[in-house]
Amino acid sequence: MTIAIILNVVIQGVLTGLVYGLMALGLSVIFGVVRVVNFAHGEFAVVAMYATYLLFVTLGLDPIVSLFPIAIVFFGVGYLLQATLINRFVGRSEHEQFILLVGIAIIIVNGLLMIFGPDARPANLPYAIESYMIGDVFIDKARVYAAIGAIVVSSALFAFFRYTATGTAIRACADNLTGAAVVGLNVKRLYAFTFGLGLACVGAAGALMVTIADASPTLAQAFTLLAFTIVIIGGLGSMAGALVGGVLIGVSEALASFFLAPSMKSMFSFALLVAVLVLRPQGLMGRRA
Amino acid sequence: MKRTAQSAQARVSRRAFTAGLGAAGFVAGTAPFNIVRAQSGPLKIAVMLPRSGYLAQAGQSCYRGALVAPKVLSDYGYKVELVHIDCESNADVSRTQTERAINEGCQAVVGAFESGSTLAIAQVCEQRQIPFVVNVGAAPQLTEQGYKYMVRNFPTGGMLVTNGLKLINDALTATKLDAKSAVFLHANDTFGTAQRQAMDKIFPTAGLPFKLLDSIAYDPKAQDLSIEVTKVRSLNPDLLLVVTRSADAIKLVRDMVRQRFEPKAIISPGSPGLYDEEFYQALGPLADYAMYNIPWANPKSQMTQALEAAYKPANPNFRFAVECFNVGFTFEALLVAAAGHKAAGTTSGPEVMKAIHATNLSEHVMIGPPIKFDEKGQNVGIPSAVVQNRGKTPTVTLPADVATAAPVLPMPGWQKRT
Repeated sequence: MTIAIILNVVIQGVLTGLVYGLMALGLSVIFGVVRVVNFAHGEFAVVAMYATYLLFVTLGLDPIVSLFPIAIVFFGVGYLLQATLINRFVGRSEHEQFILLVGIAIIIVNGLLMIFGPDARPANLPYAIESYMIGDVFIDKARVYAAIGAIVVSSALFAFFRYTATGTAIRACADNLTGAAVVGLNVKRLYAFTFGLGLACVGAAGALMVTIADASPTLAQAFTLLAFTIVIIGGLGSMAGALVGGVLIGVSEALASFFLAPSMKSMFSFALLVAVLVLRPQGLMGRRA
Repeated sequence: MKRTAQSAQARVSRRAFTAGLGAAGFVAGTAPFNIVRAQSGPLKIAVMLPRSGYLAQAGQSCYRGALVAPKVLSDYGYKVELVHIDCESNADVSRTQTERAINEGCQAVVGAFESGSTLAIAQVCEQRQIPFVVNVGAAPQLTEQGYKYMVRNFPTGGMLVTNGLKLINDALTATKLDAKSAVFLHANDTFGTAQRQAMDKIFPTAGLPFKLLDSIAYDPKAQDLSIEVTKVRSLNPDLLLVVTRSADAIKLVRDMVRQRFEPKAIISPGSPGLYDEEFYQALGPLADYAMYNIPWANPKSQMTQALEAAYKPANPNFRFAVECFNVGFTFEALLVAAAGHKAAGTTSGPEVMKAIHATNLSEHVMIGPPIKFDEKGQNVGIPSAVVQNRGKTPTVTLPADVATAAPVLPMPGWQKRT
């Protein structure tokens, strides 16, 4: 076994993990501020995959391009969803929030099944089967593009929270809700804005995911579970933790597949999750409550 | 007059009483025959298929076969009424839906494409004494657990692998391909695991000229197979032996192309995936030259021709040549149930099952001798053929007497495909 092959495996894990991280970032942002766990997270990602697929087959738009309009539309959907429906459940018991979002998830998956059927929909991108070769290391072009897209979107989100007034206000809500309300911030509007941002992240991640996987309703549950695993490992509510968790899961799954057995990679992710819960319950980059 | 008429109506003579008694006796005496006539109506069959979920592509293909079956069966004198049920690629759903179908009057069950769901259905049918004919499902344990109400008109994993490995040897000989090593890559579902067990058991004594370097299991629902392909590529085998489903076969070839991994042949010793329409549509010329050794429809059979004639107008967007495996076996399962019903002359589960066990159908769709079942309910006489993708169409290349083209190996490189 050569170093090149191991490097190949690690690079694939990092690239895939970055897209995973972007998807989990949306979940982490929403929970960090609104304190509602989006149980329909993977389902929204799959909706974005189908939207990307449709834009590709009808208009020929590359997923890297279509992620921008999709993220904008998803922001609007998220904003409206939070403003009209989810805001009513903020502060209610967790099981009520759970039922609401699981209900939304079921509606989405069955809607997709009714509209598109159960077959996987591949976007046959011109670069889908191309790769870069550096020495003996192969790097998938599609994964490289997806990872770059994930880094750009994540950076934009970090910059938004760090350098804009709205971003600072949202962080204030997350840090001290009562204080934010006292100084006159419109908390409900900021919640809606945050949920919109969370869904925009999922929309972008779904669009990028089309370069790696075929759109299929059956992916939704797996994505939700994956996003949960990542944010718990990274630290629920921590944006940097989501990206770190994504890369960690991507790399550990790749290495476990290679050195143990491909069918054991999920087991390895969950073993990592259990280890983090036992040794550092707040996650790798989370703050202790 | 009025009074006389009333008297006549009111009075019952001895003659009238005797006639009435005779009529009543006649009605009572013929009642059992009426019941028999009612039972000899169409056999109500629940067709359990994974029409959604990760096996949906194949389930839908089987479903299209089931949809055209009643007309063809009717032309051959068999009466069936089908109730189509989606078992969602889920064994628990299969179990509950089978219960429901039987409660709602289904007298036989056909299905379920996948071995896990098939096992769940078999347990229910056994309890309820309802005949169950397996259309597709290769796990050996299906017919090893002593089910009396289940028969399988499909080869076991062992049969598929035995026939498949023998035919690999034939293909290597016919193409004079020098192959020294192989890796076996398989889905880790019930079917794939059964194939792996059969491979582990049969390969060492199969006398093949190449060495099996490794057997690698993967999750067929995985988003991609890049690591799996990297692992296979690191072993650099001449042959890649695969047991795939549908979507994962596409992912496999894509990742092989991305990583520029070009074995001399991709051969399935008996599994779906490489001949699905989705595979051809997604990969285009990259789908060509993949080889699979599986049972196939007999183009020379009149019943196959009748099935194809019914299938074409009903499914203008699908090709019989691509779907004949799923369509053929689903049709044959319905044929077995219908023939059992016709022979038994009743819809009674035990009687129909007895007739099914005595099946001897020489006129059928798939290549092979008459359909018969052994004491375990297994049809042990189902042969395989070497089928290779050529011009995005499954083409029989061996055995020579049924072949329409010669096998081509080694496969041309990915970049040489047009």
